[in-house]
Amino acid sequence: MDTSLIVVVVVVTALAFDFTNGFHDTANAMATSIATGAFRPKTAVAIAACLNLIGAFLSVQVANTISGGLVDETLINPVVIFAGLVGAILWNLVTWFLGLPSSSSHALFGGLIGATWAAGGVGAINFNAVLNKIILPALLSPVVAALIAMTATYLAFRVAARAEPGAASRGFGLGQRVSASMVALAHGTNDAQKTMGVITLTLITAGMLAPGSPPPFWVVLAAGMAIGLGTYMGGWRIIRTLGRRVSDIHPIQGFSAETTSAAVILSSTHLGLPLSTTQVCTGSIFGAGAGRRLASVHWGMAGRIVLAWSFTLPSAAVVAAAASWLAATGTVGVIVVAASAVALASGIYVASRRNAVTAANVNDLPRPAAADVAADMAA
Amino acid sequence: MHIDWTTLAAIAFVAATAALTVVLLVAFALVGLSARSEPQVDGPGDGGASGTHTASGSALAGLCVLAAGLIVCFGLYLIVA
Repeated sequence: MDTSLIVVVVVVTALAFDFTNGFHDTANAMATSIATGAFRPKTAVAIAACLNLIGAFLSVQVANTISGGLVDETLINPVVIFAGLVGAILWNLVTWFLGLPSSSSHALFGGLIGATWAAGGVGAINFNAVLNKIILPALLSPVVAALIAMTATYLAFRVAARAEPGAASRGFGLGQRVSASMVALAHGTNDAQKTMGVITLTLITAGMLAPGSPPPFWVVLAAGMAIGLGTYMGGWRIIRTLGRRVSDIHPIQGFSAETTSAAVILSSTHLGLPLSTTQVCTGSIFGAGAGRRLASVHWGMAGRIVLAWSFTLPSAAVVAAAASWLAATGTVGVIVVAASAVALASGIYVASRRNAVTAANVNDLPRPAAADVAADMAA
Repeated sequence: MHIDWTTLAAIAFVAATAALTVVLLVAFALVGLSARSEPQVDGPGDGGASGTHTASGSALAGLCVLAAGLIVCFGLYLIVA
């Protein structure tokens, strides 16, 4: 296939991934703020979008490798990157449809692992790096975030019991706006950079950019716009899950959760072991729910989310491996993969419209189960 | 297999310290502010004590907000730098 054509395909696909990354992760910063009323829904996504865009311009230091050493980088070519991105996008859309928060980074790494596996065999995968950089942090980060948020929430409730309730609610709401905004800004610096890295390294691989070059301005702008626009679209289904389906979130809990998320994300980034924003934020929200009352947390939802996390890497890998195998056959293969991806994405979108979640109904409480309604009527 | 437990423990410690400090500072600031706005139920001769109570509440709130603000500014610096 013509090099410039596959590069264009990769750039468009990377920006599409960046867009899904944006709307998939809006909930991380804003779900609790919307649930507690600290921000109105539309205001929340607008602020998060602006901060993600600003964040994209704040950090343009691109990594030296696309996969961070997870796979044999010599086997990574534009076709493999394209297939990896397709796997990641489709997994992001499936989890968004189900309203489940899952890590876009893990989906991308899963996609790259699957695509490289199909291109170079099992020997191309560095399983030690996968364990240390993905699986172990994925197991530990939500637990650590949950424990910190639970302790912070418990102590905050104890201390704030002596404060005037109205002032406490307003004060924690104000604090939550600050901490949620910090999470959104940190997200922009981390996640937009990922797409910039994919595009820049693709351009370098294709010989269109000198090795070691920083991302061109159009790449920074396009990546920032894509993640900002995605964020503004608001992944309302996931926002509803984290804001309304985990626990009844009060301003104290929202503030504790967002402050914990910001602290864990910033400390992990600066201590050299970046953790998944989604898993940290989800852990914080569950911890904040448990910090007030353990029984107030919907643990069934926790189980569903953990199940989605455990399937993220292998599912994206399987789809990407199939896409890689097909795309490697030539131009027709790439077209078939692209057309199939667009058709599947459209199908998921159309299916989502049947039970649309929007800014208007994002704060609706879950309907009681049929058995509970019957029991109430009998009583 | 090499697992970087030291870094993981450092992340947990730093994050816990920062998060708990900020949350508690804001909580104490709100307690201080509430003390300032509490209705005066003291007798007519307790005006001085009530005034002291109000002033100490304001001072506590101011100090706590200042300290929390500094930590938040450091967090912003880490994001921007």
